[in-house]
Amino acid sequence: MLTGSPTLALVVLGLPAASFLALALLRPLRRAGRLAGGVSITAIGAAFGAACLLWLRATSRAPLTSPSTSWAWIPADGEPMATVGVMVDELSMTMAVLVTLVSFLVQLYSLAYLVDEPAPSLGRYYAYHSLFAFSMLGLVLAPSFVQMFVFWELVGLCSYLLIGFWYDRPAAARAAAKAFWITKLGDLGFVAGIVMLWASAGTFDFWTLFGQAAGGTLPTEGLATIMFLIYLGAVGKSAQFPLHIWLPDAMEGPTPVSALIHAATMVTAGVFMVTRAFPLFGLVPDVLVLVAWVGAFTALLAASMACVESDIKRVLAYSTVSQLGYMMAAAGAGAPGEAFAHLVTHGVFKALLFLGAGVVIHLFHTNDVFRMGGLTGLPAVWVPFVLATLALAGIWPLPGFFTKEAILAGVLEGGFVGPFVLLAAGAFLTAFYMFRVVFLAFFAPAHGGHHGHHHVPTLMAAVCWTLAGLTVALGLRTALVGEHHPAPAWLPWLSLALALGGVGLAWSMYRRGVPDPAVVAAALRPLEWMARRRYGLDGLFAAAYRWGLLALASLVGWVDRYVVDGVLNVLSAWTLQGGDRLRRLQTGLAQDYVYGVALGALCLLVLARWAWS
Amino acid sequence: MTVGLVTVVTFLPAAGAVAVALLPRHRADRLKGVGLAVALLTFAASLPLWFGFDPALPGIQFEELARWMPTLGAGYHVGVDGISLLLVLLTTFLTPIALASAWHAIEDRTKEFVITMLLLETGMLGVFVALDLFLFFVFWEAMLIPMYFVIGVWGGANRVYAAVKFVLYTMVGSALMLVAILALYVQHGAATGAYTFDLPTIARWVIPAGPGQTLMFLAFALAFAIKVPLFPFHTWLPDAHVEAPTAGSVILAGVLLKMGTYGFLRFCLPLFPEASLAFAPLVFALAVIGILYGAWVSTVQPDLKKLVAYSSVAHLGFVMLGLFTLTTQGLVGGLIQMVNHGLSTGALFLMVGMIYERRHTRLIADFGGLWAVIPAFSALFLVVVLSSLALPGLNGFVGEFLVLLGAFQVSRPLAVLATSGIIFAAVYLLWMYQRVIFGPLRHEANRRLADLTPREWAVLVPVLVFIVWIGVSPSTFTRRTEASIAALLAQVESKARVALVR
Repeated sequence: MLTGSPTLALVVLGLPAASFLALALLRPLRRAGRLAGGVSITAIGAAFGAACLLWLRATSRAPLTSPSTSWAWIPADGEPMATVGVMVDELSMTMAVLVTLVSFLVQLYSLAYLVDEPAPSLGRYYAYHSLFAFSMLGLVLAPSFVQMFVFWELVGLCSYLLIGFWYDRPAAARAAAKAFWITKLGDLGFVAGIVMLWASAGTFDFWTLFGQAAGGTLPTEGLATIMFLIYLGAVGKSAQFPLHIWLPDAMEGPTPVSALIHAATMVTAGVFMVTRAFPLFGLVPDVLVLVAWVGAFTALLAASMACVESDIKRVLAYSTVSQLGYMMAAAGAGAPGEAFAHLVTHGVFKALLFLGAGVVIHLFHTNDVFRMGGLTGLPAVWVPFVLATLALAGIWPLPGFFTKEAILAGVLEGGFVGPFVLLAAGAFLTAFYMFRVVFLAFFAPAHGGHHGHHHVPTLMAAVCWTLAGLTVALGLRTALVGEHHPAPAWLPWLSLALALGGVGLAWSMYRRGVPDPAVVAAALRPLEWMARRRYGLDGLFAAAYRWGLLALASLVGWVDRYVVDGVLNVLSAWTLQGGDRLRRLQTGLAQDYVYGVALGALCLLVLARWAWS
Repeated sequence: MTVGLVTVVTFLPAAGAVAVALLPRHRADRLKGVGLAVALLTFAASLPLWFGFDPALPGIQFEELARWMPTLGAGYHVGVDGISLLLVLLTTFLTPIALASAWHAIEDRTKEFVITMLLLETGMLGVFVALDLFLFFVFWEAMLIPMYFVIGVWGGANRVYAAVKFVLYTMVGSALMLVAILALYVQHGAATGAYTFDLPTIARWVIPAGPGQTLMFLAFALAFAIKVPLFPFHTWLPDAHVEAPTAGSVILAGVLLKMGTYGFLRFCLPLFPEASLAFAPLVFALAVIGILYGAWVSTVQPDLKKLVAYSSVAHLGFVMLGLFTLTTQGLVGGLIQMVNHGLSTGALFLMVGMIYERRHTRLIADFGGLWAVIPAFSALFLVVVLSSLALPGLNGFVGEFLVLLGAFQVSRPLAVLATSGIIFAAVYLLWMYQRVIFGPLRHEANRRLADLTPREWAVLVPVLVFIVWIGVSPSTFTRRTEASIAALLAQVESKARVALVR
């Protein structure tokens, strides 16, 4: 029965899996390059269609259908302990649509973007992409914490593989490992959390856990610790302070990868997880307060770093970190719906920003915004990017305006005034740093070293326009039919004013030179100095790695070699010496032996008496 | 008495060794071919054990009991249960792979090598199937001799030091174990009147708690702890691994180390439950230390083989942690982790051996940028590395996750420390992978390396199949162990309760 939800959901999941297996196992297909891309694109396109169908059903039907179990993964004690299945509801299907849509468009775009890549390498690229789509969908559809964790790690693997796709670049290889390790640090908390949750609640299944939470039967003792640990997983994956440091480095991967994995989908998995498990997070207000504060802080911190960055992809990466902070802050303030709505709209326009940046990078062969410019005559290049920038800055009637305002409203409603102020300041900076990029990269006077390579591949342009159309459509839909969020009347105006203020400042500084950016930088010297050095966090982690872990490992290695093993070598040397000394006891004199025997017998007697009593 | 399947499987390699001994020595390929055929035949013969095994029954299956030395009370008692079944299959699975991996690596004294490996297989299988303490001890010691030769004859430059260290270390443990076996025999005889080495018979008897039980437990535990190896008894391992030929390392890591953990499961837990419970915190702590210590020492190893050897200390730490949680999840996880370690670390040693054969170096610094030259090797190596660092979807995760489920029920602080071992594993393995495979090609000598040969594919693919299989569908494997594990736990609990009442 193909129309039933679980079956169709399995089809959505199975298509990219099949494509991955085909590309991984069939060497000639993989090495065919573009053909491999065709297979992967077809699979994800079909998955997108199926996901849309399911999404329509899921939104029209009653709230939540109970998850279906496909097979028992780890059976134990009679009933299965961990099962594999799919959970089809509005949340998972909306996310599935987003994932398949962006995956499809990015894979399409990559055909043109990676046109110079050798065929075997391109095949590998698409194999990774299929694996990523499968893993991400598995995460989204997961009906239990275990399954979510399994796919959570698999998307981490895909991220590792795709960041390090150009493996011969040492920076890429380093960034890949850094991303894997830092997110894994958060995942330690995640795995410890779900194991402890199982120990206290006896299940991993969302359905059962939510039932227990609603019925008040969930053991609340230690729940705050558990949920905090689980949240740590989201801190790593969704790049929250202080584990956000991997995401800017992840930009070493190909730009389409950054668009898909490090902007639209994988990094939002943390927000998705918190949203999914919100019935449980809702029981621990202390943890939610932390989530909100960390989110808001991350949002402002990352925004400040974006203001001084000159690499276009890194600006976007910081902006992603910042926007993830907004989502987390909303979730922490008790508005997971608003967080998720922003996740979806952000996914669309941030993917567009990256793909648009990819077009510019394609033209200039550099990531440095100060070496770009002079693109006013190429609307195909700048119009989609500027649209997405407006959306991110939160200009009416683009979707970012609505979802960001909803987040601010939610945070305020939850009584989080501090985070609200941080987020509002972040909104101003967001508009500023994004338009800084726009004015520098697109509208600044052309530079001398410019290639004059003015052709934008049709496929890349088409993908960008599609996303731009979607961005506008999402915004208009909300503007026209969206239910209005209950918020103070001044909030939309504040939000808009902050955004316009940021745009205006960027225009004035980078188009008019008033005030001169250099003067501003000098005035804010300490802050600028810190932001350029990423507030020393990367250095701190690097030092902890080098002087903490590696030094400790060297020390332990030395101890192992010279102390643990050394003691043994000394013992064996003593044994040899002892044997040598004992040999001298054998004097050959009969009296000595008799004395020895007598002494021994006496000792034995004493010992026996002592043992007897 | 009819010869049963277990006997056939156990002694088939030895019979093959005799056959190889009769062949002329100058045709090395035929010798290896016959050896491999025997090993494969043994694997085929062991398959009915797997398929004929009834997962619902907790007890011994395919049991064989024959008179052997009745005056001593030693009998020929063999069989498999859910605990030994997986390890028997692991042994019969890895031996042909190890033999095939040595096809070009061993050119010297081929005949002796094949004979030694086959005798070693019989010894290992004997340890896993023996249900009589005397018989067990005979196999335990017998298997030491071929391993000694594998390291001491076909090993690297420092092979004699490593081989002697390996043997002396093991002997210290087994000498104490022999004393404990005799003490157990005497005490059991004195208490029940039946002087026997028969394990099921002795296991039914509740050993009085007290210093006697503690001492016997410690003697057994030391012998097994050295074999595992449990920190701080591990220093023989890196030397033995670095010097042993690839085939030796595969068997050593894949099977021999499991004898220690198997010994804990088969003897220490059921025979000395109170002592096991009393010492569980200590073993638990040593296991956690092993996890962290092994990972840290691995991180700074410049030699690939030494790195893998120390990673074994960490992995086996997870196994011991699982076993001494004395929970179903921990025991099943520990058992599955034994198999996982055999597959993952076995594969790591195989692959390190493959690049060693090409470059005659194992130093990480001598590589770099290999993906561009040998992509197939690099891709498979990545899968193996990921399996070793317990990526979900591959085998290692199942074991570690189950072990953690058990560990968190026993001690949260220690379990948290053990969990942190996961990140350290990711650090040392991925850092190694990055330096060997990623980056630009740094050494001209690596430019013309050949990618995997068909023989090497044939060696690796079966291992990879199981790495994925256990990861995706572990229930195929755990299903056969659960009844036996549950019975073992029940036995430990009831004995401990009886002792408490007294």
